[in-house]
Amino acid sequence: MADTMNNDAFVEFERVQKSYDGENLVVKDLNLSLPKGEFLTMLGPSGSGKTTCLMMLAGFETATYGDIRLDGVSINNIPPHKRGIGMVFQNYALFPHMTVAENLSFPLEVRKMGKSKREEKIIRALDMVQMGDFAGRRPAQLSGGQQQRIALARALVFEPELVLMDEPLGALDKQLRETLQFEITKLAHDLGITTVYVTHDQTEALTMSDRVAVFDDGRIQQLAPPDKLYEEPENSFVAQFIGENNTLEGVVKEIKGDVALVQLDSGEVIQAKPINVTQAGERTRVSIRPERVEYNEERMQDGAFTLKAEVLEFIYMGDIFRTRLRVAGRDDFVIKTRNAPDQARLIPGSQIKIGWLPEDCRALDA
Amino acid sequence: MSEAPTAQTASSHAAEARIADAAHTGPMLAADGTPLKKSLNRALRVQKMRALALVAPLLIFVLVTFIAPIADMLFRSVENDIVSETLPRTTTMLAEWDAKSTDIPPEPVFEALYKDMFFAAEAKLHTRLGSRLNYELTGTSSLFRKSGRKVEDMGEVYQDQFEVQNDFWKTGENWNSFMASDAWLAAMADWKPADGRQPAFELRDGIASTLPATSAAYVQYADFIQNVDEKNLYKTDPWAVIYSSLHEDLTGENDLAAYSGPASAELSAAATAAATFETVNFTEAFAGIDKDWTTLEVWQTIKVYSPKFTSGYFLNAVDMQKSVDGAEMRPENQQIYGILFWRTMVMSMAITLSCILLGYPVAWILANLPTRQANLLMILVLLPFWTSLLVRTSAWKVMLQQQGVINDTLVWLGIVGTDDRLALINNQTGTIIAMTHILLPFMILPMYSVMQTIQPTYLRAAKSLGATNWTAFWRVYFPQSIPGIGAGSILVFILAIGYYITPAIVGGTSGTFISNRIAYHISQSLNWGLGAALGAILLAAVLLLYYAYDKIVGIDNVKLG
Repeated sequence: MADTMNNDAFVEFERVQKSYDGENLVVKDLNLSLPKGEFLTMLGPSGSGKTTCLMMLAGFETATYGDIRLDGVSINNIPPHKRGIGMVFQNYALFPHMTVAENLSFPLEVRKMGKSKREEKIIRALDMVQMGDFAGRRPAQLSGGQQQRIALARALVFEPELVLMDEPLGALDKQLRETLQFEITKLAHDLGITTVYVTHDQTEALTMSDRVAVFDDGRIQQLAPPDKLYEEPENSFVAQFIGENNTLEGVVKEIKGDVALVQLDSGEVIQAKPINVTQAGERTRVSIRPERVEYNEERMQDGAFTLKAEVLEFIYMGDIFRTRLRVAGRDDFVIKTRNAPDQARLIPGSQIKIGWLPEDCRALDA
Repeated sequence: MSEAPTAQTASSHAAEARIADAAHTGPMLAADGTPLKKSLNRALRVQKMRALALVAPLLIFVLVTFIAPIADMLFRSVENDIVSETLPRTTTMLAEWDAKSTDIPPEPVFEALYKDMFFAAEAKLHTRLGSRLNYELTGTSSLFRKSGRKVEDMGEVYQDQFEVQNDFWKTGENWNSFMASDAWLAAMADWKPADGRQPAFELRDGIASTLPATSAAYVQYADFIQNVDEKNLYKTDPWAVIYSSLHEDLTGENDLAAYSGPASAELSAAATAAATFETVNFTEAFAGIDKDWTTLEVWQTIKVYSPKFTSGYFLNAVDMQKSVDGAEMRPENQQIYGILFWRTMVMSMAITLSCILLGYPVAWILANLPTRQANLLMILVLLPFWTSLLVRTSAWKVMLQQQGVINDTLVWLGIVGTDDRLALINNQTGTIIAMTHILLPFMILPMYSVMQTIQPTYLRAAKSLGATNWTAFWRVYFPQSIPGIGAGSILVFILAIGYYITPAIVGGTSGTFISNRIAYHISQSLNWGLGAALGAILLAAVLLLYYAYDKIVGIDNVKLG
């Protein structure tokens, strides 16, 4: 709470709730603030409330309770067209009956801008997204990627300070998506605009954002920069949702400072870092990233905790190897190793020893 | 293509190379070396044939039951062979007569008219021609009917004189003996009524050059007796017209001496006698039947309408008439079709416009409601379709009349006084109200289906870009809904322009359409030619408007779903 009352916050959600039917809350007590120039991503599975938050910010949905402030001013009662927020939609929403230039001209015309000034801005915006040659085309004559660039240019042409993007790359193929991810991030930083980006693609969220807000069940589960989010998930939902993750379930036996002893359901006792377990006897899920697990005994670091495992499956994925193991009675334990010359390929059926550092192993809520 | 080359021989590898590198090797080749275009066409042809076979039943059905009758009907708007077929001799003779002269045609024309009328009266065709020409000149119908009755007696003078001169002329058998060929006479001798059709009459060789008029008349007579009357020609006595033709031939410049066939003696004797026969002046005879035969107008009309095809119906349909000086406007008080066409266009546009105004919001609501409620409302829109057109129109009669529901309500509310109740029916207002109601679904449905495809994100995008609700609607939503308006308008306008039941019931005199007039000509005045011409003009107008619409809005922009 104290965090959200930050004075240099540009966008603020304060205790925002949203219900469509009066019975269920789609957004439950949302508090969020982001400073000017930040690229924030709302990440979550569908139905988690992230798009609703975006729509409330854009003005297309009204908050059932709470306050949304833009630059210190409550915008709850300001209609969308007066908010001055640029928006990029998932299906681009380029006006099909207008050319690219007319699409870009539209926000400038409604702002009663002169013709020469309009043209100048349109050209600049098109150049910005490298679409200078396409001014006379109609949206239907453009590819998906080109349309999205135009949609981006249109959202930026009237120089909004805040731009919202609702899964803008969802309909594009992987390669194009990666190119555009990079371009959007660069553009946002170069122009210094504040961006709220909604996606359900965690890679997108991690690569693009300054901070990521992970949504689930109408709440922000964790709000953190990408690295922190990945490496230090605060609860088992985030750990599961972001990246690949191995989960072992058990009961906390003892907590000694920075180390918790967890008795797994299969009987083994392992060491883990207590994150949101506080006392012995609690059920917990222990989370270990696949790439933090080591099986080469020579490289195993001091203090690493070891466990026996059986190799079930070896998958060659090019840059990495993905090996599925049976660990502590579970068949879905995965380790990832880099494809290096000295890296051995594990043979299914062989018995090995795996190990990890206790700080990489996080004991989370059950 | 991608799999084929692996199994190919070296020669086709060369072809493959050409496929891959067509920039400098002329036409592209398929894997087997034939030009790619050719093999593509071959591959497509089978598909096309299959597609054609699928639509063939409907195509044939449409051709037979729709296109062909329409084409036949439209053909009637120019067809005019009734005049030249009923009066063949007269129209031929009239060709030499100057219709602009102040004199009525000379005696030979009247003589030709006598023969034509005689045959026409026997076949009872003269009344049909009379009604046909009556469209052009009132009174012609009764003139022809009257003349048809009396024309039979006109030539009897000749028959009597020939029969007095020689009994030979009295019987059909004698006539046949020299008019007919020997082969026919032999065939006829063997013929019994039980055999069915009589052997077709054949003219004797040489008789046609000796007695041209008689031969022509006799052939026509024989054909009629054999095929229409179905009497035994062998035993039938000739008509008066044959005798007058014979008189004409015998007193003319025909070389009777060259004829040596049967009855040549009787013929030369008759020829001598005929020179002294009492003659008939056909001009006076016709004038005796009706003075109208001596008026220029009748003859001008016959002459103007002699050709096999006429523009007369079309001229009539645009308030003009055909005269000897060519086409000219009808007198002011006879002009009705121009006004009707104009009224039909203007009212159809008014109906289309009111359908747009009323239908657009409904379609918008339908497109933006949740499916369940939209379907429910859709039933209300479609409900009129499930009710008889006649019932709906009659209901409007109840609603709109002076003592009707609407006027009663207005009077009760005090909006209009009892004495000045609104005239809502039997005028244009009534037609527009009733037809707007009846055609509204045709406007709503295409608009609805187009609006359904306009995603709400467009409006959101427009608003996020700073547009007010109105601007977002007008600049973003409305342009995208135009295809629906276009489709609806075309449907409604074309339906309205050809409507006739509703205008007939609620339109009175000032609210009727051109279609009512067409219906009148088809079913009451039986002037099908004029009806067809009006229909053709209507069709042309619709096509023209369609073309204009295509040029202005673009037919690609019309979406029916």
